[in-house]
Amino acid sequence: MSQIREITWNGVWKQNTGLIQLLGLCPLLAMSNSVVNGIGLGLATVLVMALSNLFVSALRSLIPYEVRIPIFILIIASLVTIVDLAMNAWLHSLYVVLGIFIPLIVTNCIVLARVEAFAAKNPVMASTVDGTAMALGLTWVLGLLGAIRELIGTGSLFAGIEMVIPSAQAIVILPEDYPGFLIAILPPGAFFVLGLLIAARNWFDARANQRARSQRIHVAQSAQQSAAT
Amino acid sequence: MTEIDPAPESTIPEIPALPERSILGVSVRTAMVLLVFVVAFTTVMALTYQSTIGPIEASTQKEKLALIGEVLPAGSYDNTLLDDWVELPPTAALGLTDVRRIYRARQGGAPVALVLEAAATDGYSGRIGLLLAVRVSGELAAVRVTEHRETPGLGDYIDLKKDKQKTRPWITQFSGLNLDAVTPAKWRVKKDGGRFEQRAGATISARAVTNASGRALAWAKLNRDRVFAAASGTRLN
Repeated sequence: MSQIREITWNGVWKQNTGLIQLLGLCPLLAMSNSVVNGIGLGLATVLVMALSNLFVSALRSLIPYEVRIPIFILIIASLVTIVDLAMNAWLHSLYVVLGIFIPLIVTNCIVLARVEAFAAKNPVMASTVDGTAMALGLTWVLGLLGAIRELIGTGSLFAGIEMVIPSAQAIVILPEDYPGFLIAILPPGAFFVLGLLIAARNWFDARANQRARSQRIHVAQSAQQSAAT
Repeated sequence: MTEIDPAPESTIPEIPALPERSILGVSVRTAMVLLVFVVAFTTVMALTYQSTIGPIEASTQKEKLALIGEVLPAGSYDNTLLDDWVELPPTAALGLTDVRRIYRARQGGAPVALVLEAAATDGYSGRIGLLLAVRVSGELAAVRVTEHRETPGLGDYIDLKKDKQKTRPWITQFSGLNLDAVTPAKWRVKKDGGRFEQRAGATISARAVTNASGRALAWAKLNRDRVFAAASGTRLN
């Protein structure tokens, strides 16, 4: 159980794909111009990564080590095709938006990276959790990135939500006459905001470390003091 | 004892000499393994394809009808629009470089309108695809931009969905006009001496759409009878 928790924590925070490993930045940068797009692509990636880790892990004893890469790619490409078809059939309006990016999941190196580094060596349960957690880590970064860019760029949030939930509508956050800040939505904005997010996370980590260290010093000092008295 | 005893002969199990693995042998064996995986996963894909083809077809049709519904109200004709079409060879006047379909709307058998595609090749960044419905009277029922790569937030107001002006979107100013009311010389953006508005900073996008829709309207007026007369499912020449 604790192992599962650790894998999840690793994927969602400690080894976060978008902020730490910096793998799979292609969709991260291209599709994070709104919350809906970001989370939509993120969830499609969750599906692909959970399934590819599951399949590879289940079949790992059958896959000859020397040709594992072609087989991994075959499995990933097949699963992406299946997700692509399924989304086209049953989530058509979202597919219209994400359509051209779903095949790109095949080339997202994070998928192959987790298959190779984790699923090929670990049991099915742990592998599936790993794939899901890694992709969820990517999803929340995509969502956050999309939210910041969309808010700065257009002044509203959740544009296009009606494609997923027909009754929902975009929320206008900033006043109606907000002129919009175009660069946030264009590709450079993705780099700027991602840079800021990475910096924020590093700062967060550094502060946590420092606090832990000062606590240790504090404990050591009080131990010394008590030894002296 | 300085010399190390060689291991007694008897403890080494007799291994039958493996046949020397030839490159061919290894390749065939590995290829078989790969083949098994390929067959298995192709089967899974084929099954998915089989079960999704219906819904995909249906949603493509629905999407098409919804798009056509934007330029021509669904209640204004009574034929099965998507089945009543003629193929149009590449037509320079419409900016088309490949074969497209023209749909013919009829009410009780009488011609109502043509639904056709056109394109502007002089947009700010590449091709701008248009969908127009032209009534038999020569009136443009409506035009919509179906695909474009104009700058987001700047030139993309030509796309109804991206237009921030929701009460009177830019693209709707063409609806209900014909070339008698607005002569071809006036069917231009204001900056070019015409009557249609353009928005500051992105005239090129507006000009491209305006001119292309004017050209398409003129083409439809000229070819209307010929298009309606052709048998359904045939190629116009």
